[in-house]
Amino acid sequence: MKQNRIGHWIAIILGSLYFVVPLIGTFEFSLRKLRGVYSFEAYRVVLGDPAFQASFLYSVGLACLTIIIGLLLIVPTAYWVQLRLKRLQPFVEFVTLLPLVVPAIVLVFGYLRLYNSSSWLPLTATARGTDILLTFGYVTLALPYMYRSVETGLKSIDVRTLTEAAESLGAGPATILVRIILPNIRSAILSGAFLTFAIVIGEFTFASLLNRPAFGPYLQLIGANRAYEPAALTIMSFAITWACMGIIQVVSRNRAAMRK
Amino acid sequence: MAAQAQAASKPVQGGIPWAWVGVTPFLLFAILFLILPTLFLVVGAFQDPDGNLTLANIGDLFTPSILSAYWISIKVSLASGLTGAIFGAFMAYAAIGGGLPNWIKPTLMTFSGVASNFAGVPLAFAFLATLGRQGLVTLFLMNVFGLNIYAQGFNILTFWGLTITYLYFQIPLMVLIFTPAIEGLRKEWREAATILGASNWQYWRHVAGPVLMPSFLGAALLLFANSFGAIATAYALTGSSLNIVTILLYAQIRGDVLHNQNLGYAIALGMIVITGLSNLAYIWLRIRSERWLK
Repeated sequence: MKQNRIGHWIAIILGSLYFVVPLIGTFEFSLRKLRGVYSFEAYRVVLGDPAFQASFLYSVGLACLTIIIGLLLIVPTAYWVQLRLKRLQPFVEFVTLLPLVVPAIVLVFGYLRLYNSSSWLPLTATARGTDILLTFGYVTLALPYMYRSVETGLKSIDVRTLTEAAESLGAGPATILVRIILPNIRSAILSGAFLTFAIVIGEFTFASLLNRPAFGPYLQLIGANRAYEPAALTIMSFAITWACMGIIQVVSRNRAAMRK
Repeated sequence: MAAQAQAASKPVQGGIPWAWVGVTPFLLFAILFLILPTLFLVVGAFQDPDGNLTLANIGDLFTPSILSAYWISIKVSLASGLTGAIFGAFMAYAAIGGGLPNWIKPTLMTFSGVASNFAGVPLAFAFLATLGRQGLVTLFLMNVFGLNIYAQGFNILTFWGLTITYLYFQIPLMVLIFTPAIEGLRKEWREAATILGASNWQYWRHVAGPVLMPSFLGAALLLFANSFGAIATAYALTGSSLNIVTILLYAQIRGDVLHNQNLGYAIALGMIVITGLSNLAYIWLRIRSERWLK
């Protein structure tokens, strides 16, 4: 058994090295902007760059919009399927998994052909229209993750009993959804929301091909033209992803604690 | 669509299927932003620029430059999918298999959640800062061991560089998918095998291996599809110097480099077929593996 354990340690240590060293390397690199000394100069330059601020805020806005639209679309659907259309469940699940089968670049290619300025629905003709298309595209990308989250949340509560109880007390469908179902699956919704945020914030393919000034294309542009700033941006991106996942952990731990 | 037909055949009270109204927004959204765009490309792949039916685009896929783009993509995805699956499985087993401190498993799971989502442009920067010409590891190997990996033929902007970079999100994804399978291995199976006189190797060869194999292969296929459709990391890392199929399609969308819009559709169709097949195989293997892992 002793020998076995050494193997386990080796796997974990080698794995940890592979994952930690690039982070250390990037962090060290990001501090090298000033010759001869370590400094946070690269971070100062990045944070002071108006293009950084604009693109970051733009992507944060997009992420929030994606989360709102995604939830408006997914929560009622998942609730309805769970309550009234059980037999539709495999079909809806299949649709929500499609974005994992059709690569993002293929999807955006289709958008560009279907919604260009000379088509029946010329969304890409205006900046606003393209923003809408981009948001819907992100909702599509987030669909597998968000739907799974919400569905897990709904399965953990007794949707039918809650609905019938609320109905017998005179609540309408909107009241039931907003005041009964939503508070009960709050942590599942938050998990889906933060996962969506992590996906959208640095997304490159959609934003770049739809020509919108998002954070992903900005990262790529800086990477092609600067040396130390990309490393600083990488550390910041990693921190954002880490924060999102950390919040998901805390939220789901609270849920587990509440059930006990 | 099959589900729709099935519902229509059932008797519905009152004439209008009210239950269906509830899912209309979702179906409309899926049709507009998921199914129609994909269908448009699929149909376009079988048309010439004037809209006549043709197989010429599919035939044109078999030209050397396009075939090689597909081939490099497949090779990178196979290499990163298989390597990621093997290392991920080892790490998951090491963390769960016992003998290590309790904090290792939750730490590994949290970190895997982060790293599997840490892809795209920043990941490319991280590996440039680590294994690029001026990267930390490159300089470390040179200064401490006198080993110049670039003189030895290594380059981060190549097939192997891209594969090593992709492993950063492939291994954690494998850990996340494969952990439930390992947790499904029951202690009784090992005990029964040991009582019957099986060695450690025999237990793995005849009991645990066959039980885990469908999950393992399925996960490897998912990893394959995951890297096959990826572009941001490769584009930020290598620019357009590495001719993988997503970068070829990206260039085509940007500037019609193939001088044939419909050939672009055919490339997209080829990608859907490949990711579609690997996902189908994944689902099939998952159904098989769930027979044991309950």
